[in-house]
Amino acid sequence: MVSTRDLLIILKRISARIEENKQWLTDLDRPIGDSDHGINMARGFGEVEKKLPGLEGKDAGTVLKTVGMTLVSTVGGSAGPLYGSAFMKAGMALGDKTEISMADFLEACDQAVLAVKQRGKSDAGEKTMLDAMIPALQTMKEAEKQGEAPKIILKKGVEASWAGVEATKELIATKGRASYVGERGIGCQDPGATSFSILLEAVLNWMEDRV
Amino acid sequence: MKKIINDANLVEEQMIQGLVKANPDKLKKLNCGNVVIRAKKKEGKVALISGGGSGHEPAHGGYVGTGMLDAAVAGPVFTSPTPDQIYEGIKAVDAGMGVLMVVKNYTGDVMNFEMAAEMAQMEGISVESVVTNDDVAVEDSLYTVGQRGVAGTVFVHKIAGAKAETGASLSQVCELARRTAAQVRTMGAAIAPCTVPAAGQPGFSLGSDEMEVGIGIHGEPGTHREGLKPADAIAEELLEKILAGFELEGNDVAVLINGAGGTPLMELYIVNNHVQDVLKEKGISVYRTYVGNYMTSIEMQGFSISILKLDDEMKAMLDAPADTPAWKE
Repeated sequence: MVSTRDLLIILKRISARIEENKQWLTDLDRPIGDSDHGINMARGFGEVEKKLPGLEGKDAGTVLKTVGMTLVSTVGGSAGPLYGSAFMKAGMALGDKTEISMADFLEACDQAVLAVKQRGKSDAGEKTMLDAMIPALQTMKEAEKQGEAPKIILKKGVEASWAGVEATKELIATKGRASYVGERGIGCQDPGATSFSILLEAVLNWMEDRV
Repeated sequence: MKKIINDANLVEEQMIQGLVKANPDKLKKLNCGNVVIRAKKKEGKVALISGGGSGHEPAHGGYVGTGMLDAAVAGPVFTSPTPDQIYEGIKAVDAGMGVLMVVKNYTGDVMNFEMAAEMAQMEGISVESVVTNDDVAVEDSLYTVGQRGVAGTVFVHKIAGAKAETGASLSQVCELARRTAAQVRTMGAAIAPCTVPAAGQPGFSLGSDEMEVGIGIHGEPGTHREGLKPADAIAEELLEKILAGFELEGNDVAVLINGAGGTPLMELYIVNNHVQDVLKEKGISVYRTYVGNYMTSIEMQGFSISILKLDDEMKAMLDAPADTPAWKE
């Protein structure tokens, strides 16, 4: 079980990991996009971090909806509406819960993936963040069904997410700004899929560090 | 990176303030963000709102004023503004007759404007949108997000803006805006990239003898790279793509030779010199020509050619009075 207090710590760690990887994400965006993914994500999660102290004692739904709205209003570009919608929908799924079980987490992830698909009018195989999100979610659901421990479920999810990132190198983008460079984008990994993997890995790292 | 700025994080805000201070009787900035509106709100008309990332100056703030936009929302450089900012703009300019959003077809812009429209509609404001997609460099197909909205968008601002000024209804303004957007085609090329202040380095690099063809307006790479050619040859290559399959029989056109920001007018006129000759040779009658920096990509060296197929209503609206910092008629 993850408490809402834990959730705030996790969000803080996500924010730190995004800041650490700001340059890398921006560099990944250069050949196929417009060189701002890391800058935008760091700005957004920087604002999220500022809101965290005010969210002490709030339920999981309120926390994630606030994160989503903050991202929507500070990230900009396409990552803002996509990550923002994902967090808002995940928050709606968690509602007034103050303890999050693995089943709750997976349901929230399910809603997040759905939100990204709807907002971006996109699906797997289009060289977007969904190419990391969908396999990660699928893998975690299977691991949960097999009765694996939360840490193992997350670990498998993170591995699937990075494998999804790797696979985006071979894809030709048909959505987002990367679609304008077409075949020239082959060999480049998708920055959005990368930032999602960083985010999920931050959750895993928190779990691993928890005594 | 070498730029005349104070702080990469303050570029947008200070630029907007500077624009407003240059036109204090015409423009004002909303306190809640980088939203430029007309100093005097005009009642009894549909409000036109546009915007996008910064770095396209004079777009979009420069087109706020009589006969064109009512509000322009500026995001960070090359990054769409956020829904809450756009929503504030919509609320500020709605005069009860509804709001038309002119959005360039970029994924981020489309999503952020769409979310803002959802917010406004929940508050009972009628919002319609026209998504411009004039760039013919990118192939349009069911499997892509479609063609980008680039410099030709300025024609939509002008024509729909003039229509709104006549007191036409939201559906009438929207219809003309969409008709205009459907009849404008653009393609561009660049010989040197631009640098987003916050990124600190150029979006792509080009050899001294190379050019990038099929560029968008966000410093992103184009569709392909080739050896640098004389101005006339570049103009011909772009025109060929623009005119392919464009049925212009019996219609006049408007021409826009748009500078990318770092190209001198001298070179734009050289391009126009040949564009006019080629059009004449093809029997295409030019009604109006505009040459200058209308929709830039910071300091990129390059240009685009836009051709708008005109009908009588578009002609009248193109010639209607406009009084904005960047377009006066």
